[in-house]
Amino acid sequence: MVLKASTPNYVFRSAKGLNREIVTELSERKNEPSWMLEFRLKALEIFESKPMPSWGADLTGLDPEDIYYYIKPIEDQHTEWADVPDKIKRTFEKLGIPQAEQKFLAGVGAQFDSEVIYKNLKKRWSDQGVIFSDMSTALRDHEDIVKKYFSTVIPAHDNKFAALNSAVWSGGSFVYVPAGVRIDMPLQAYFRIDSSQMGQFERTLIIAEPGSFVEYVEGCSAPIYKKNSLHSAVVELVALPGAHIRYTTIQNWSNNVYNLVTKRAVAYKDSRVEWVDGNFGSKVTMKYPCIVLAESGAKGSIISLAVAGKGQHQDSGGKIIHCAPYTTSNIIAKSISKDGGRSSYRGLLKVIKGAHAVQSKVQCDALIFDDISRTDTYPTIDIREDRVDIGHEASVSKISDAQLFYLQSRGLSEQSARGLIVNGFIDAFVQLLPMEYAVEINRLIAMEMEDSIG
Amino acid sequence: MVLLIQFSCCYTKNMKKNALLRINKLFVSVIDKPVLYDISLSISPGAIHAIMGPNGSGKSSLAYALMGHPSYAITSGLVLLNGIDIAGMSVHERAKNGLFLSFQHPCEIPGVSVASFLKEAYMAVMGIHIAVADFQKLLIARCEQLAIDPVFIARGLNEGFSGGEKKRLELLQLLILQPKVAILDEIDSGLDIDSLKVVAAGIELARKENPSMSIVIITHYQRILNYIVPQRVHVLCDGRVVESGDAQVALNLELKGYDGFKSINT
Repeated sequence: MVLKASTPNYVFRSAKGLNREIVTELSERKNEPSWMLEFRLKALEIFESKPMPSWGADLTGLDPEDIYYYIKPIEDQHTEWADVPDKIKRTFEKLGIPQAEQKFLAGVGAQFDSEVIYKNLKKRWSDQGVIFSDMSTALRDHEDIVKKYFSTVIPAHDNKFAALNSAVWSGGSFVYVPAGVRIDMPLQAYFRIDSSQMGQFERTLIIAEPGSFVEYVEGCSAPIYKKNSLHSAVVELVALPGAHIRYTTIQNWSNNVYNLVTKRAVAYKDSRVEWVDGNFGSKVTMKYPCIVLAESGAKGSIISLAVAGKGQHQDSGGKIIHCAPYTTSNIIAKSISKDGGRSSYRGLLKVIKGAHAVQSKVQCDALIFDDISRTDTYPTIDIREDRVDIGHEASVSKISDAQLFYLQSRGLSEQSARGLIVNGFIDAFVQLLPMEYAVEINRLIAMEMEDSIG
Repeated sequence: MVLLIQFSCCYTKNMKKNALLRINKLFVSVIDKPVLYDISLSISPGAIHAIMGPNGSGKSSLAYALMGHPSYAITSGLVLLNGIDIAGMSVHERAKNGLFLSFQHPCEIPGVSVASFLKEAYMAVMGIHIAVADFQKLLIARCEQLAIDPVFIARGLNEGFSGGEKKRLELLQLLILQPKVAILDEIDSGLDIDSLKVVAAGIELARKENPSMSIVIITHYQRILNYIVPQRVHVLCDGRVVESGDAQVALNLELKGYDGFKSINT
């Protein structure tokens, strides 16, 4: 899935590093309203004032001064597939995206570098009042809705990298689903990092009005490049009463990317939010999708898979905050560590005083391939209410020689046997993916097995 | 069909030539500790041999060594499967060459469905591709033959199966993979009489479909040999074959036990 990038044509590339002038220029080039520029500049101050987080993965290799914060590719935005330049189509092909793309072409909004270059909304969705566009376009065309919700779930001061994203965000998706509308096909976006040392700071906001349903899927794959690169996205979800949002991510960044992402959802009365999160690539990932169960009857689930290979640290997990009675949550976190990789589960389960009759189940399963790999679990459980039903289970396993021998005795090579065991281990995760993604994940796992020493 | 054969020099020579599985002067060690000594067996196409012996006598070691378990090193001797030397082969190559081992304690592989596992195994052993729907049909027909509820094939491989269910699943795999030589390691242990009959009927069915398939039954008890009558019975004690004979050997063991053999060896 990695490839060498052909030489991209760039219209505008800001200088490395970050200051007020760069942020102002970025905002002006996008013709943003003044409130957004003010928001960005305030966020920049917060970013500069906050220290680098020291509690999680090692970020000492990351130098924020050594990154381009905004690049606009020469290709302009496209709404028709036919208009998409061949060069970009070739890129998609090389990325091995095809199946999903072929089938769901009509629903794809893809991001090439910092801009969405291709999007095509199905007509029947727009007829129903669904808005699916890149964030800059939404800010221009639907400023009132954007302004109402933007940064309400994840404020700029939430953490250093949320502040960074707030200052320099570019691209990302905006989805608005009107009350009662159920989108019967996943909305999909693919994106990638193309230019060396380029940061990518997409900003995604999904608003599901009462009784609506939307499934959003993003998959990433990255080409080879030389220096450390930073990806720091912010994703905000708002599930209004009775709405249902499922947000699926498959990231396969190349192994020099720092992937520092903040994702949070607010779930109102009787609504449901699901994060499905698969982390394959990157050098360091720090990502803990969060669900705030704000009103009674809300349900949240976080299903994640992390694969840490050589030189990789996947520090991921999930956070659930029960703020209301009769709310339920479920976390299933699976990780695979191999070839010296490290995976950590870092989770928070919080029940505030007064949130009675809460049910929650957390399950962490780690699979380790060899003696040089590592897995850790850092669960935080903070329960301020007595009448709750909380379960936490954790397991660590290795592929046993007995399992390998058994499968090999049925004609499977050692590699296929390992692959099959791993596929079984991640089955609970894959089951939740749209079919074509499940196929891609199985292929990705097979590739990981080929590369593995084990 | 195979006749009961008296050992004689010329006959042995002739039989070796036609044997489907020929083991000659086999020595096996586990981490430098010898577990099998000088084992020689010759099994003709379609023949049934029983290997009996007390706990720790080396029965399962023999099965593992033949299948190629990495911990069971063949230190000397010869194993020919259909005339091909398999001693240097990897486990899956032995399977592809027609060797099958029914495990005494089949492993659980969580999350891997019986159907998806068996489809991969089928394609690997047969060397052909089969569509999911076609394989599903094949599998369900086989389940019916073995009185296996088809819901099992969607479950994780051996995951939460009872002892009897695991044994029936081993037999299902045998029927699907159609080996040349099947080693059945204590396929009768832990079975009630009804399950034993189902298993015996399954073995009989496999033999009917594939009359040239040779079977090595490893067992403690004579019971299953009432249903699957062996041409030859070999008694293992402390890693050595201490007696070989016809089905009467098993009947005698049932009466006298293994004590007599133990004293011979120690």
